[in-house]
Amino acid sequence: MSALARVWQSDIAWSFRHAPVAMVAALVFAVLVIASLAAPLVAPHTPFEPGSLNLMDGFTPPMGEGMGSGSVFWLGTDDQGRDVFSTILYGMRLSLMIGLAAVALAAALGVTLGLIAGYVGGWIDALIMRVADIQLTFPSILVALLIFGVARGLLPPESREQMAIWVLILSIGLSEWVQFARTVRGSAMVEAKKDYVQAARLVGRKPSAILFHHLLPNVLGPVLVIATISLALAIIAEATLSFLGVGAPPTRPSLGTLIRIGQDFLFSGEWWILLFPALTLLALALSVNLLGDWLRDVMNPKLR
Amino acid sequence: MATPPAPDAAATPDAPLLEVEDLVVEIPTRRGVLKPVDGVSFTIGRGEILGVVGESGAGKSITGAAIIGLLERPTRIGGGRVTLAGTRLDTMDENALRRVRGARVGTVFQDPSTSLNPLKTIGEQLAETALAHLDVSRREARERALRALVDVGIPAAAERLDAWPHEFSGGMRQRVVIALALIGEPELVIADEPTTALDVSVQAQILALLRRLCVERGVGVMLVTHDMGVIAETTDRVAVLYAGRVAEVGPTRDVLTGALHPYTRGLMGATPDASPERDSRDRLAQIPGAMPGLGAVPSGCAFHPRCPEAMSRCSAERPRAASREDTRVWCWLHPPEEGVSPDGRSTSLRGTRR
Amino acid sequence: MFAYVVRRALQGVLVLFVIAFIAFSMFRFIGDPLESMLPREATAADRVELRDRLGLDDPVPLQFVRFVGDAVQGEFGISYRNGVPVAEMLAERLPATLELAAVSAIFAAVLGIGLGVYTAIHRDGWLANAIMSASLIGVSLPTFLIGVLLIWLFAVELGWLPSFGRGETGELFGWRSSLVTVSGLKSMILPALTLGLYQMTLVMRLVRAEMLEVLRTDYIRFARARGLSERAVNFGHALKNTLVPVITIIGLQLGQITAFAIVTETVFQWPGVGLLFINAVQFVDIPIMATYLLLVGVLFVAINLVVDVLYAVVDPRLRVERVAARA
Repeated sequence: MSALARVWQSDIAWSFRHAPVAMVAALVFAVLVIASLAAPLVAPHTPFEPGSLNLMDGFTPPMGEGMGSGSVFWLGTDDQGRDVFSTILYGMRLSLMIGLAAVALAAALGVTLGLIAGYVGGWIDALIMRVADIQLTFPSILVALLIFGVARGLLPPESREQMAIWVLILSIGLSEWVQFARTVRGSAMVEAKKDYVQAARLVGRKPSAILFHHLLPNVLGPVLVIATISLALAIIAEATLSFLGVGAPPTRPSLGTLIRIGQDFLFSGEWWILLFPALTLLALALSVNLLGDWLRDVMNPKLR
Repeated sequence: MATPPAPDAAATPDAPLLEVEDLVVEIPTRRGVLKPVDGVSFTIGRGEILGVVGESGAGKSITGAAIIGLLERPTRIGGGRVTLAGTRLDTMDENALRRVRGARVGTVFQDPSTSLNPLKTIGEQLAETALAHLDVSRREARERALRALVDVGIPAAAERLDAWPHEFSGGMRQRVVIALALIGEPELVIADEPTTALDVSVQAQILALLRRLCVERGVGVMLVTHDMGVIAETTDRVAVLYAGRVAEVGPTRDVLTGALHPYTRGLMGATPDASPERDSRDRLAQIPGAMPGLGAVPSGCAFHPRCPEAMSRCSAERPRAASREDTRVWCWLHPPEEGVSPDGRSTSLRGTRR
Repeated sequence: MFAYVVRRALQGVLVLFVIAFIAFSMFRFIGDPLESMLPREATAADRVELRDRLGLDDPVPLQFVRFVGDAVQGEFGISYRNGVPVAEMLAERLPATLELAAVSAIFAAVLGIGLGVYTAIHRDGWLANAIMSASLIGVSLPTFLIGVLLIWLFAVELGWLPSFGRGETGELFGWRSSLVTVSGLKSMILPALTLGLYQMTLVMRLVRAEMLEVLRTDYIRFARARGLSERAVNFGHALKNTLVPVITIIGLQLGQITAFAIVTETVFQWPGVGLLFINAVQFVDIPIMATYLLLVGVLFVAINLVVDVLYAVVDPRLRVERVAARA
């Protein structure tokens, strides 16, 4: 791992410093992430505590004064008097948390399956790869929707609302494991032939120990790259699912949900309810994608 | 496709077909201007085959590309003249050059498997070239394509006209490439390592074909190669390149048996030679060191660090051209003034063994 | 070539088998299939009778076979939510989705190829670079965001185009089409743009990359060395070689578009099968979900197969047996 840290300090850091687009993207992304993680501290209001809302504040335009409470709402309020700025911050926070959790799930599942497939080979490998191929022929949004539908179907109706976030994490995570598995499998196959693995096997170490203590640390490099790209995909997937109404519920909305709610108010003139969350998502998606693009270019020595 | 018979190939033509004088090709880089070709001069006569020989990186291919303006940005011509039968090529714009390519200068590249578009039949590729340069109808173009195939010796040409490139073997494909080079009825052909990618058994056939066709039609040939065997077999004259410069250029026989430049002599020593004069006890001599890379060309004569006969002048001044009978040489052992060289040796070394 | 096609077809059948099994499992094991079919006063005996009639206690493989048999005949069960046969509901809304998908695909292909070729040929031009930068946006943004922003700009702020629905439809070759009415065409613009934008950007970048690769090859260099005009080189040689791999990708895009239609239809409330599917997921209407899945699976497998065959047909190297010519 220290070798990785060294590379991080030299080559990649150099090319980062020379790619203005990547630097700006990273800055924007950092600002958004910090703002959202610090939401409880930074947000001027607490829009999701029912007691703190004043219906009379509803539909206040940006920088306007709420008719009920008299406070100034920088980005306006929605139909229930919730401060748009605060909802955006909390919404982003939720999106990030879901994204991270989903990627963690995808990574755990994908890396494990990839290690097994690469190390053991044989029919297990063929099976896992077949499943992966079939899953890959379908767009991940469809896979996520399917898993979501099935999971919800399996849950009793009362707990569906409660479990919405978990089901969301599950469905996004399960739609993203394939890339992890494929990459790790490749590396595992290469590492499995090396001497230190043979030595461990001769000494009698259990396969699971070999997998996790010996192979795993050596295949982690590319996993990190895929994880960052996966995070970008997960955030966008979560936004899409929430927008479609099958993600974060309005009581605990993410950016996607906010956009969905906002769309209803477009024609009645309260454009800010839609526009600010939309622009925030725009900034988030663009910055994360640009960073991912740059990362992919830097990691791929073949590209000019 | 028949052209009037060429003058006797062995006779030195009066007006050379191609004249290259002090050609310089440069590549501007962040670290300065590199010169893969730095002052190259030679001539090619009608119906004459000039071999251009040298190690990898000596600048042979780039010279050929420069002549027809096929340099890729940022590489560009940095000086000198290229004249084809009186027309200057180095100052031509792209449109004019396009009319020269194919019509007045044909090209043969090294690898026949990548020279042909895999998604077009060879008939199509021949016909389109004919249409681009000759004033013919589509039907005539197709007839010419057929005749071109026959000329290069493709059996059952009529059926093969609509075949795809991958249906031919390497040797056959190179014949097609030669047909493509000649179908526009050019005056000059630049062949860049035309046999390097082919089987040894096929190489001789292709070279013989090239020679026959070109001499028959009075077409001059610039044959680029790194293989001394090819030079010996096929060329009338040879130019030896080193680090982007010419060491010497002259009749093949003269250069091979009595090379003037120490580098050429070194190349001869490094070439396996089955002639009876060589003794099996003679070891292959290898020139110590390696040819300098683009950014590290020595001052003065580029060869002086490796030259067994280097003098102090060699590291200070670049050698100027000198003529010795039919050979031009760039070496301070043979300075431009006629007479005795600085170290007292006679300037005429022709005929003596090294 | 025949063996190749057969092999791919068999692989496709295998995938279909798996998908069918998943759909079947959904039908059978998720939720209670009897729930929606029984009136409230049903007794235990009624339940047993219904179970028997539906064959719910037969061995699973048998049920699966019956399921496939029904599916092939267009029998997909009844929607949990409104009791209408699924097949009917899908058939009613399919034309809307297909039209939208077709228009988007054409838009994506035509514009994508055109821009891709332009940006490849004029590689260092400022316009080409501007287009490439703008394309980054097309690739990074989620489809729904594009749709929502387009609505805000063109429907709300400028008021030029409608923001939801299909407009008026008319008859075209026996089905309801929105291409024959003015309001229908206007309603189609924003959704088609939204759905096609991502695909168009992908196609454009792909075409550009392919063409740049092709322009670097030896045979292009040789074509130039033969003095062929730039037009002949770019369009007679390079374009042809570029399009071969691109055409297959475009074919695959068709399948993707049909799936992404889910999002677009939701944004614009376009009455197609995608919107139907989303509503089904929200209300856990299993029969519709499972059938949609099956349909999409069949579509994808079919498209993949067609594309494979097309590739073999277009590329002579795959098609013709190699004939070794004597040197």
